[in-house]
Amino acid sequence: MRKILHGLAALAIVAGGTVMVAAAQDGNSAEPTHFPLLPPQEMSWSFSGPFGTYDKAQLQRGLKVYKEVCSACHSLNLVAFRSLEDLGYSEAQVKAFAAEYQIHDGPNDDGEMFDRPGKPADHFPPPFPNEQAAASANGGAAPPDLSLIAKAREVQRGFPRFVFDIFTQYEEGGPDYVHAFVTGFGQKPPAGVTIPEGTYYNPHFISGVSTHMPPPLSDGQVAYDDDAPQTVDQYSRDVAAFLMWAAEPHMEARKQVGFRVMIFILLFGVLVYLTKRKVWSDVVH
Amino acid sequence: MSGMQHSTYTPKSGIGRWVDARMPLPRLMYDSFVAYPVPRNLNYAYTFGGILSLMLVLQILTGVVLAMHYAANSDLAFNSVEGIMRDVNNGWLLRYMHSTGASFFFIAVYIHMFRGLYYGSYKAPRELLWILGCIIYLLMMATAFMGYVLPWGQMSFWGATVITGFFSAIPLVGDWIQQLLIGGFAVGNPTLNRFFSLHYLLPFMIAGVVVLHIWALHVAGQTNPTGIEVKSKTDTVPFSPHATVKDGFAMIVFLFIFAYFIFYIPNFLGHADNFVEANPLKTPSEIVPEWYFLPFYAILRAITFNIGPINSKLGGVLVMFGSIVLLFIVPWLDTSKIRSAVYRPWYKLFFWIFIADVVMLGWVGAKPPEGIYPMLALLGAIWYYAHFLIILPVLGLIETPRRMPNSITEAVLEKNGGSAHPAGAAAAPQTKG
Repeated sequence: MRKILHGLAALAIVAGGTVMVAAAQDGNSAEPTHFPLLPPQEMSWSFSGPFGTYDKAQLQRGLKVYKEVCSACHSLNLVAFRSLEDLGYSEAQVKAFAAEYQIHDGPNDDGEMFDRPGKPADHFPPPFPNEQAAASANGGAAPPDLSLIAKAREVQRGFPRFVFDIFTQYEEGGPDYVHAFVTGFGQKPPAGVTIPEGTYYNPHFISGVSTHMPPPLSDGQVAYDDDAPQTVDQYSRDVAAFLMWAAEPHMEARKQVGFRVMIFILLFGVLVYLTKRKVWSDVVH
Repeated sequence: MSGMQHSTYTPKSGIGRWVDARMPLPRLMYDSFVAYPVPRNLNYAYTFGGILSLMLVLQILTGVVLAMHYAANSDLAFNSVEGIMRDVNNGWLLRYMHSTGASFFFIAVYIHMFRGLYYGSYKAPRELLWILGCIIYLLMMATAFMGYVLPWGQMSFWGATVITGFFSAIPLVGDWIQQLLIGGFAVGNPTLNRFFSLHYLLPFMIAGVVVLHIWALHVAGQTNPTGIEVKSKTDTVPFSPHATVKDGFAMIVFLFIFAYFIFYIPNFLGHADNFVEANPLKTPSEIVPEWYFLPFYAILRAITFNIGPINSKLGGVLVMFGSIVLLFIVPWLDTSKIRSAVYRPWYKLFFWIFIADVVMLGWVGAKPPEGIYPMLALLGAIWYYAHFLIILPVLGLIETPRRMPNSITEAVLEKNGGSAHPAGAAAAPQTKG
């Protein structure tokens, strides 16, 4: 009996091992089928980790990049002007910022639609009236809304990294992706990879070898008000940070409340543990 | 051993006696959660029942408030969830508690179930207790699946499409069942409406079955790591304060980990594609269910070939549902007279191999069905079935168990160095409560 079971167990282990080795050797054909071709580089962000906060100057620069570059094609439907106060702007500045936009509103008492200056309660108006218009103006693919893009794009981390991510609190896959993607243009495609007409090769693109989006940024394109370097790399970091804020505006509050909750639970746990020891002290168990 | 058979409750006040003579609810509570005797040797694996009750309450409370702000309409749902995240006071906290809470509910239920399998808690006279637990688990799966559809993201939509598609594999009535489920020919607004309604209903059905589950538990009494039934009063301690404080401490540790996920990595257990609004015209590159369904998803996809008149789709669905049906009949598949794996050396080994198999299936379930993975899924599924249908029945007949102590008290004293403790220590619990 023991021998049979030992034999079976050994067989199971050998079979398992063989399969694992086979799995490790699998893969690698000529035409790529898994994207992105290159994983995004991990950047250092002011908002990572348990005490991370948004860098307001960076968010303001990111807003400028979004407004002057990205917003030509990409909407930001979920973000209201009023929430820009989070970026360190005063109420008056937000009002002035909103007023620069024309909002399509109506109907008025005469039944007419009309345009009016934006108010803080309005959301960023989209660059195209509808998805069909956006698609037809951009080679057939509508540019995605950017409100949640920093949470909606994540490159698979794979084992064992996703386990480590629990302990390092890595949740910046989105901004890392945005940065990698925006800076990922202008490279030479590897041999054997065909780039369809009207698309641009980008090894960091998550769903193919190339994208309809042309390289969006060049050095010096956006004039910063502070002395941050006016380079594509800096632009992309700033806009990625801004989009992270757009996707998760309450992140700072979350982490701050979280710290207090964790401390409370810890102290409460210690007290209850000591109580438990006392209660069970005369019971062998 | 049931506390209900000989109640020790004596109301102290006049009002207490008045109520007790008319509707003895305080007596029921006292007998169930204060005087109720529990084995003295329960370890922390036995605290997950309490943790699960807490999670059910948390899910219902957060869910009720979320439902006040949520719009179950396919045009509004996605943005209403984002409204909760952005504009509702502490809405982000409620939503992250609820979404992460679903995952932690499943973490707790899996530990609870594996504890039952390890210590043989399902054996006579606790078969019904086990089956009620399996029903709760099924209801939880349905609730979680429908809840995941509500944010109306890409993974919600396509997950709903794939999973309701299983039902169309059933011969003759399959298409009819699928159309009934989704309220049309494709997942859409009617699907969202009925899923929301059912997602609100099922947790209360779970709560009802939980009452039956606890009732059945309190009739048969708890098992314990030795698997030996309670024989004398020295084997037990009163529920309060002993079990309450221990369960309470376990809950706090569990909440600590839960809070870590809520506040620091709230989207770790979710899927990025669900932050893209549902689009029926655009299929995501891969459709994966939530992590807690992955082993079953792997078993579903393990069948890639036709078996006689059964095509691969129906085969996969049958094998997947069968893997859950097996859980219901575990009490009759396990032929061993011994409950606990502690005294079953071979069962203990196969238990851990089974855990490894389920973890591997979960890993395969998250991978695209290509290369080596379908083969791994098939091997994993075969082992899953073999564990229940071959290993459990056969092991019980041929395994030589370890020597067992005569009672819980004896086991406890042996573990703590036997003679080192005077007999008085063993008798101590009797003086309490």
